[in-house]
Amino acid sequence: MKHVLEGSHAVSEAVRLARTQVISAYPITPQTHIVEALSEYCAEGIMDAKFICVESEHSAMAACIGAASAGVRTFTASSSHGLALMHELLHWAAGARLPIVMAEVNRALGPGWNIWMDQSDSLSQRDTGWIQLYCEDGQEVLDTTLQAYRLAEAVNLPVMVVLDAFFLSHTYEPVDVPDQDTVDSFLPALSPHIQLDLNHPNAIGQMAPPAFYMEMRHSIQQAMQSVPEHFHQVEETFAKIFDRQYGPVSAYKCDDADLIFVMAGTAASTCRQAVDDLRAAGKKVGVLKLKMFRPFPCLYVRKYLETAQKVMVLDRNCSFGIGGIFAQELRSALYLNKRRPAIYSYISGMGGRDITVDHFMEMFDRTQTADYPEDESIWIALNNA
Amino acid sequence: MKSTDNASEKKCMNTNTAECSNVSHYPSTDYIMPGHVACPGCGAVIAMKFALQALGPKTILVIPACCWAVVAGVHPQTSLKVPVLHTAFETSGAAASGVRAALDIKGDTETTVVAWAGDGGTFDIGFQSLSGACERNENFLYVCYDNEAYMNTGVQRSSATPYGARTTTTPGDAWKNRRKKNIIEALAAHRIPYAATANIAYPDDMIRKFKKAKNIQGTRFIHAYASCPTGWRVPSDQTVSIARLAVQTNFFPLYEVEDGIRYTINTHGDRPVSDYLKVQGRFKHLAEKDIQCIQGMVDDDWQLLQRKTI
Ligand SMILES: Cc1ncc(C[n+]2csc(CCOP(=O)(O)OP(=O)(O)O)c2C)c(N)n1
Ligand SMILES: [Mg+2]
Repeated sequence: MKHVLEGSHAVSEAVRLARTQVISAYPITPQTHIVEALSEYCAEGIMDAKFICVESEHSAMAACIGAASAGVRTFTASSSHGLALMHELLHWAAGARLPIVMAEVNRALGPGWNIWMDQSDSLSQRDTGWIQLYCEDGQEVLDTTLQAYRLAEAVNLPVMVVLDAFFLSHTYEPVDVPDQDTVDSFLPALSPHIQLDLNHPNAIGQMAPPAFYMEMRHSIQQAMQSVPEHFHQVEETFAKIFDRQYGPVSAYKCDDADLIFVMAGTAASTCRQAVDDLRAAGKKVGVLKLKMFRPFPCLYVRKYLETAQKVMVLDRNCSFGIGGIFAQELRSALYLNKRRPAIYSYISGMGGRDITVDHFMEMFDRTQTADYPEDESIWIALNNA
Repeated sequence: MKSTDNASEKKCMNTNTAECSNVSHYPSTDYIMPGHVACPGCGAVIAMKFALQALGPKTILVIPACCWAVVAGVHPQTSLKVPVLHTAFETSGAAASGVRAALDIKGDTETTVVAWAGDGGTFDIGFQSLSGACERNENFLYVCYDNEAYMNTGVQRSSATPYGARTTTTPGDAWKNRRKKNIIEALAAHRIPYAATANIAYPDDMIRKFKKAKNIQGTRFIHAYASCPTGWRVPSDQTVSIARLAVQTNFFPLYEVEDGIRYTINTHGDRPVSDYLKVQGRFKHLAEKDIQCIQGMVDDDWQLLQRKTI
């Protein structure tokens, strides 16, 4: 049934429907509505779950690690400084191969304090071994959160469901909230691959000397490489039941496009408007929205981008000293391809700055008239530029 | 080491052994396997031996970075006969909360969850998550085995390192000139149902406390004195005798605190603190005036503790 929900509540509804058993979280704007709703569900018995009100995000992830190691379905949500504080344990959760699911609301890091949309927080956790799935609207948030559990439990890796601060977390939209039986038919109870077990005393996460450590890390990489295939299967199953499918990337008017925009998150909606306007003016332009960032969906981006002449990447983040992170990832994904479109890297919309159709028009104009990309990312809509 | 000290220690040790051998209530099962990699004379292994004997097989351990993270076994082996969750250094309180929550939601209220951390993982880096767990009164037993420094990483000072001790980060004349943090008082201030000190030289008392703690609901804390011959620069056969001197000199009194307010003192020491200090390499640089200063601190603490029992 359709409900008008904000993005945060699309998350909490999905976590409820997933029959999550242990939730542990620490408040940070703009994640709070997610955990407030879940606290209520636990308090009122709407969920048969334990909510652990820890004293920090670091402990939130530690508690999820403890609970997941004891074989139950877990959830946490965080953002920005909270996610940064968790960093050590993000490695631990992935290294321990625990299927923890987290909602991460994309927000800037201080100083100066800034609670608004920015991708620096989640992208800083790129190398921790977490699957990262970026969402564009409330429905996608709910669906992706449900899918995240199946995916995590299939490959034994944690999943981060990422949504834009405010533009998505606090925006109300009609969202189809499925009933419990339907969700149960999609998401069976967790059957953990490994757990603390009194009958078979085991050690989880113990010291791993050089003779073993590398193989453990190799197995994480193998699991990551299997994610696109697993995700495909999860989505097929999901589509049969719910009739919705997203893909690791989604292409809009890319087939015959000479120039293709690439980005993740809510900016894709604005960009489609810009593309429609440009198409109306006779320009062959498309948009490729990235949903999956880890693992990086190399085969998919090659498939959609290789026929284009130029690719315009919008990054709402900056890896200081090199530039936009999505652009870097795309460059490396395309480098080994025979056909390599030129990558034009643009940075904008950091710290909650609006991205408008005009900004996409500016990126298009600059890209169209340039002979080749500049070394550095170009910052769009800088006040002093 | 003075010969008189040695003689008196031997006497104590024998007395205690005689007492112990009479008692039939000693649990006989051992939950530590031979072949673990602890240093000879490791007090922390003795502490674990007694703890698990008292707690029994329905126990899940949560162990952060510390010497015990190594002693418990290196992949693919384990030296313990109970399940162990290894976790990051500062997370014991939170990770144990997670394990407890998971067991509860699965309907297992019987298994005892035990966080087993060193003094660094308890007094210092793990203090925040421990304090959080205590404030929530999480239902698990937290054990700090205290060897009074970061031993795993090579004997660096912690806030449990006593005044006067040399460590690798309080070397030479820069020996530690701050008091040891009083962890039991800090935890009593959280009003947890049970906090107690225990000592490997007093197995009767130690096993009794672990059994008692096992049957209490809420956060229970045991501060277990665990001598470290390697870090303290004492011969490995002195582990127990030094541990006993710590109690006999009131350097480490044995006591219990219920609900943060009801104090019971289990032992009364009557020996000078110099008996304890002079047998350890980590204190050997101390001048007589330094030892007197430490005696003053120990006396103050002892009087303060006694006042709390009234
Ligand atoms: C975040 C973090 N910082 C530092 C370390 C390095 N480290 C591992 S064990 C340890 C000392 C442990 O001391 P303690 O808790 O007293 O246990 P002990 O080794 O003495 O048994 C340190 C500093 C770590 N593992 N993690
Ligand atoms: Mg120590």
